[in-house]
Order: sequence, then structure tokens, then C-alpha cells
Amino acid sequence: MRVLERLGHRVLFPRAQTCCGQMHYNTGYQADALPLVQRFVKIFRDKEVVCVPSASCVAMMREHYELIAERSGNHDFLCQVRTLLPRVFEFSELLANKLGVLDVGAHFEKRVTYHPSCHSLRMLHAGDAPERLLRSVRGLDLVNLPEREQCCGFGGTFAVKNADVSNAMMQAKCGAVKLTGADVVTALDNSCLMQIFGGLHRAGQDVRTMHIAEILASHGGAAS
Amino acid sequence: MNVRVGKTAAAPEFSVAAKRLLGDDQLRQNVHHATDIIRAKRALRVEELPDWQELRDAASEIKAHTLRHLAEYLEEFEHNCIAAGGEVHWARDADEANAIAIGLIRRHSEGRDGAEVIKVKSMTTDEVQMNVALERVGITPYETDLADMIVQMAGDEPSHIVVPALHMNRFEVRDLFRVKMSLPELGEQPHDLTDAARMYLREKFLAIKIGISGANFAVAETGTVCVVESEGNGRMCATLPDVLISLVGIEKVIPKFQDLEVFLQLLPRSATGERMNPYNSLWTGVHAGDGPRAFHVILLDNGRSKQLADERERETLACIRCGACLNACPVYRETGGHAYGSIYSGPIGAILSPQLQSLEHSRSLPYASTLCGACYEVCPVKINIPETLIHLRGRIVAEDQKSLKGKLNQQSLAMRAMALVFRSTWRYEAAQKLGQRGQWLFERGGYLVDLPGMAGEWTRFRDLKALPGESFREWFQKRDVNGGGEA
Amino acid sequence: MTGAREEILARVRSALPDSSTVADYSNIPRAYRQFGLLAADAQICILKDRLADYDAQVIEVAEEKGIADAVRTAMAAVDETRLFVPSGLPPDWTPRGVELIAVADSAAEMDRAQAVLTGCEVAIAETGTIVLVHSATQGRRMGTLLPDHHLCVVRREQVVETVPEGWQALAAFAREPLTTISGPSATSDIEMSRIRGVHGPRRLTVLLVDCGGSGTFSA
Repeated sequence: MRVLERLGHRVLFPRAQTCCGQMHYNTGYQADALPLVQRFVKIFRDKEVVCVPSASCVAMMREHYELIAERSGNHDFLCQVRTLLPRVFEFSELLANKLGVLDVGAHFEKRVTYHPSCHSLRMLHAGDAPERLLRSVRGLDLVNLPEREQCCGFGGTFAVKNADVSNAMMQAKCGAVKLTGADVVTALDNSCLMQIFGGLHRAGQDVRTMHIAEILASHGGAAS
Repeated sequence: MNVRVGKTAAAPEFSVAAKRLLGDDQLRQNVHHATDIIRAKRALRVEELPDWQELRDAASEIKAHTLRHLAEYLEEFEHNCIAAGGEVHWARDADEANAIAIGLIRRHSEGRDGAEVIKVKSMTTDEVQMNVALERVGITPYETDLADMIVQMAGDEPSHIVVPALHMNRFEVRDLFRVKMSLPELGEQPHDLTDAARMYLREKFLAIKIGISGANFAVAETGTVCVVESEGNGRMCATLPDVLISLVGIEKVIPKFQDLEVFLQLLPRSATGERMNPYNSLWTGVHAGDGPRAFHVILLDNGRSKQLADERERETLACIRCGACLNACPVYRETGGHAYGSIYSGPIGAILSPQLQSLEHSRSLPYASTLCGACYEVCPVKINIPETLIHLRGRIVAEDQKSLKGKLNQQSLAMRAMALVFRSTWRYEAAQKLGQRGQWLFERGGYLVDLPGMAGEWTRFRDLKALPGESFREWFQKRDVNGGGEA
Repeated sequence: MTGAREEILARVRSALPDSSTVADYSNIPRAYRQFGLLAADAQICILKDRLADYDAQVIEVAEEKGIADAVRTAMAAVDETRLFVPSGLPPDWTPRGVELIAVADSAAEMDRAQAVLTGCEVAIAETGTIVLVHSATQGRRMGTLLPDHHLCVVRREQVVETVPEGWQALAAFAREPLTTISGPSATSDIEMSRIRGVHGPRRLTVLLVDCGGSGTFSA
């Protein structure tokens, strides 16, 4: 919010919103996801631009919302989805692609490493937009995360249904983070960050996790 | 009809098997090492081609087209194979395939007992457990692919589509050969082991009169069968014996000879990271004066025809068994193939195994994935594995909802409850407040470290930040009321 | 068994919609490269590179009449004396001074040969692949499988750049026995370390005829 307002935009948070339906849809409860999709469309369809600080939610919308609408058999609903989707952006996409802004006036003097979440990498094709944004932050030292494309192991319900494997994947990710010597690991998705934080903190590692928006909103040496 | 896929009926759930295998450090090291290598080689050889994506597009469409017209292409293949002197048999399930094979072996053994057969690597024969069926009636099958031979000698199971003995290292193989080949002084250098295998198997190739293979491709236009290999044992088994029996899944058919130009570029680069694998053997029926005098194809259904009706499921049948998805998968990387309890492991196994068997078995496999999409990225025929996993999860949940037990399992209750909460703003915010107020029960120094029930699976390995005292929406509400502006 | 055939085909048919196969096939997108863009000399360069990459011995022979001598020299260098030659091989390719095995009906007889000399149908430069059509000049399949040394003649005009071009050249032989050879056999089954020469010839010598050079190049 801070970043967008700093850039002169008016930001609303419709209170009625709850969830995009990804968790239910991906776990096999597709029927339960439909009302959540309908809800999202109803709440946001008349908005100029929808900013979503979560690559996985945007991926859900782009990959599945049309299909879900088609299956519902409601043609009006399908049209609403089709006209809404082009106005929905993940946060870093919104800045770098839609608004064409890389320097958002941020100042953050830490060593930071970036974890590209699977959805942003393979479904949104975010490319290097997040990194270009990070590089434009004054004082920020961006270091490359080894084996960055490996999934962190969160995977929604996978993290609890297959906790042991999720842990093994998390350990690999945390190991890579450790190698960078970074103070902060950042990403476009809080789900990945929750997983990575969970492992780092349990292991007593002194590395913070911060969503990219928090870094871009920063004014000084520490996040405000 | 009784569809059977290897030993899946008795396999433990994925999460249970995985937990056990995660404790095997040697295995995990072997798997990391092997998959890292193949992944790197594949990437190199794929980047080299300027038209990789175009090849994938063509392959995906050729397969989709063939599957849409499968009956016609199967008949065309059968017609042309017979015209060239081959015999074509049809098997509805595993048992029928084995019965046909046994019948043919007996026919060609002139009633002698204790026949021996040499086998080329064929996952399809593993799927129907042909070796078990043969041994049961006193026929001895000898695997001739190095890794399959190793696995057979060790009484073990293959753990990877392309590199079945990936889970074993050189010392383990040396010890095995020392005993089985009576070579007590054998060293563990890979070339020593390979030399030993060469001599041991050459004897068999020259003596045994019946060969069994699979097929990578069966060309409808000409009745040609194509076997793709690296070691040369395929050439041995396809040309030296008097009789050759090839077990071919019905999905292996491709329309025309020309179509091989696409698949023979995609398969070697995807499977082993080579521009071309050492040997491809193509033959059509029987060739006078060159190779087997009798050639039999057994076309196998074993659950495949079922998948044709649904377009999403049909796509799974496009698989050309390259194994690239296994090498790319971060889950497979940690557990290896045995965790999947099926001859088909990794991402493709997670969708193929349950589909062949109509969800009676392998039900945990569609959940053995984070949906990261790495598999789809590397699949040479563009099977959308993540979408298929979601589709199968939907089928599993739908089946569960039919029974009371299914409706009341922990996951189901949790998901239905959350769906209820997410459908209403006040319920959502009430749930948030409940969490904020109630979490002190589990909180320690600002973190949740030991939660009950399914949530406990999270805290087994991870700390969780406690919910903040003021949620974002609470903050926003207040700000709005106070007139907004820069916070 | 007719029961199984009918049942399977019926199940398959009932699962699928009806539509025209021929029209559908012609709609398959083929935007991949159908032919290469390199000049012949560049193609040959690449072929040599690929052959060297998998440790094949490459002997450049200026013209066909040099083949026999080159073969004899190559065999002598590794103390080989017994050579299998397919019946249709051009007679002036076969060297004197070696024991020729021309007829081998059994594997045991073929196994006596230490080396085998054949031509090929086409050579694909991009992948270093030599394709044999097992006919008169290239001989029956076990001929290039059992002996430990395969010497193969590749003529300049037989070299193409890409796999689709190679496959086009084979179209007329689609119903013949075919073997594509891209290096000696190999396995990476033991700890992923690649070992060459599991089954099949461990030595591959390619005689490039009229390909712009002369002499022997070994990797």
C-alpha cells in the first residue's frame, strides 16, 4: 500500500474479500472453490486495477478462473471473468510492467537474496522484473540464490500432508539461503516465505524473511 | 478384467514410504548425484537446439492426434505387421499378456521344460510383472540391461525409469557381481563392472533362443517397431534369437515413419542428455536371413483404454518414458523412486499409476507433489502434469465424499470448514480474531512451535510467526475511518 | 484371442469422438527445422566433431580406391586379421592380406570375425549418427553387432545436417531393418559415470571418403 500511495495512486482494500480459492481447487475440492471465485469476481469486477501481492493467487486466477467459469455454465460469469483478468496484476508485475516503474524510492541497506516462487517463475513468467526492482533499491546488496529454481517445499496442503518431504525440500532451500550470507530472503509469495522462515527460525538462523513489498516500502536501513 | 501395475496393490502410502526413505542418506546422495548430472546434461543439449519448443509442439500434437484416432492406428499397425510376417496378439490385462507370452514361449520351445529367455529393458513387462509369471511356470528370464540385471540379481526394484539402479553405488554393485558371477576378485571401477557384465551376458546372447522386448514406438504406416537404447543388448535380443516377442502398450503407436524424426530428437536429449543415443533398432515383421524367424507383438491395454474418454487423462498416454520429469522433480530428488510404490514413479508415475488402476491403488500419489511445474517444463510431449494432478485430486475427493468415512476424515472436515469460513466476510474475520485470541495457548516467545492435529505436521519442522495483534484489514479499517493519507 | 481384440478396440472406439484422420493428421504443426542451413563442408566439420566426441576413429580417404588400404592399416594397428564383409560390398573396398569371412549363418561363426566393414545409407552430422539399412552393402544385423571393430565407409554425398533430412533419406527403406549408430554402446548405470562398450563393437572407425582431407585422425 505504502509503495503504491508513494507513487501517487489511490488504494482501496475491499473488506469483503477472503480467499481466491487456490487451496481448495488445488487440493481437489473444486466444487468448494467455485463460490470463492464468484465472490472474488463480484467484489473486484468494477475496479480499475487489482493488485495481488501473491504470485500463486494470480497464477490461480490466470490458469483456472476461466475454466471454472466455463464449467459453471454461466455465460455472464464467464464474460465477467474474461474482462476482469486483464486488470489483475501481481505486485511486482504491476510496478515493473504495468506502471513501468523500477525505482520506487526505496532505501534498504541489507544483503538480500531473492527466491523465485514456482508460480512466479513458471506460470507468471515474471522473469527478472522482481530483481530489477530490488536492484533499484538504494543500498541493497542483491546476491544470487544458488539453485534458486528448486521449489521450497510448501505446496499448500503438501506441507502438512507430506511434512517429511516438505521438510527435506525446505532444508535444501534454507541451506542455499545460508550459502549466500544474506541478511534477508525475499519473495513474491508469503507462503514460500512462511515455509522458509519456519525452517530458518527453527534452526536458529539469523536471517529475516520479508515480502518484496516490505522491502520496496522501506525508507532506511531497516524495514519500517 | 484385472488391471495390475507392478506391486502397487501392496505399496504403502507415499508419505509413509517417503518418511522411511528420507532416513537413507546413501540413497539420497545417490539420487541427488544422478539427477543433478542428467538434469545438467539435458539442459545443455536442449539449449543447443533452436527449435526445441517447435519439436515439443509437434510431438504433443502427434500424440494427441494418434490417441484421438487410436483404434484406426492400432488396426493399421496390426495389418502392416502381419503383412510383413509378424503375429499380433491383444491382451486386455496383465494376466492375459503373461498368458500369451507363456503360450508363445512354450510353442517355440517344442514342449521342452525350463526354457530360458533374454529380456531387453521394458517397463511394460515390469508393469505386468512378466518375470514373476514366467518364473512361476519354470521359465527363466534373464534381464540384459545392465541396471535391470543388477536390480534382478539383487532381488530389488527399479527406482527410476531410465536409470533403474540409480539408488545403488559401485561398491554395492561390485559385491553383487562378485557373488552372482563368481568373480571374487572383481574391482569396483565402473569399467571393470561393465566388462564383467559384457562377458557374462555375451554367453547368454549367443545361446538363448527366445527374446522378449518392449517397444518405444510402433509405426502404424509400416508395421515397424523401434527400440531405443544405449547398451547394445536391445540389438542382441532383437537379432540373435530365433523368436522375438515384443510387449507393446497400445499408446506406443505413432502414425507414420516420418514422425520418428520428431521423437528421435526429443527422446535422447530428454532421457540421457545426448544428441542421439548409441543405438536405435527398427524392424518390420520378419526379415528373411536376418534375425528372428518368428516375431510376435502383444498389444497391451491394462487400463489404458479407460483414460481415453477424458481429454485431460488421455494426455497422460502421450508419455514416451524419457524420465526427464523424474530428474526435474524436487520431491523425487528427496525420496527416490521407491517411495511411489509403483514401477512408474516420479511425476509421470503420480498421474499414470492411479489412472491405470482407476484409483483403487496409488491414491496417495497425486498428492505427492507441490505442483511446482518443473516437470511440465521439461516434458518433451508437453503433458500438463500439474493440471492432471489437480484433476486426479478432484476425482479422489469426489470419491471420498461418497462415503461417510470419507466425508469425516480430518482433511475433508478441515477443508469444508474453511470453505464455509471463506464464503463470508464476518466468518472470515471472526476466524481471524479467534486465531489472534486463542493462539496464546500454543505461543512461545511470539512464535507457534507446537500445534495440535494436522497443523502439528507444520510445527514438527517449522516455527510459525504468531498472528499479529492487529491484522491488515483491522489496520486499514482504522485508517479509513481516520481519513486515510500516507501512513 | 479374438475376444480380446474386439473388446479392446470397442473400448477404444467408444471413448473417442469420430473425426477424419487424414485431415486431422495434416493439421499437425511442424514448425521445427526440416533441413539445415550449413554448407556441405561445415556439415562435415560437425560430423567429424561428433565422431571425435564419442571416440570414434576417423580416417579421411581422398577417394574410393583408397578404402582398402585404409582398412588394412586400421586393422593392423590393433592386430586384427579376420574381417566380415557383407555380400554386396564393392569388391575393391576389401583389403588383401586379411582373412575374409563372407558367409556367417550362425552367431558362433560371426563371432569369429574381429572386424566388419560396411557402407552406410546416410550420416547425420548434427548428432553424429550413421544409419545402416541392413541390405547387401550393409549386411545382416548381427554382422555389425558381434565383431568388436566396425569400420564404416561414409561418402561425402551421404552426409546431411539434421535428423529430419536423414529420415527423409530413409523413407524408401522404412520397412527394412534399420540401425542408427551414434557412437559405441554406453552405460551410465553405475553412479552415472559413462562407460563405453557394453555390447556391440567397442571400436568404431569411420572412413570419410572425399570429405576434404586425407590421413588419420583419432580422438
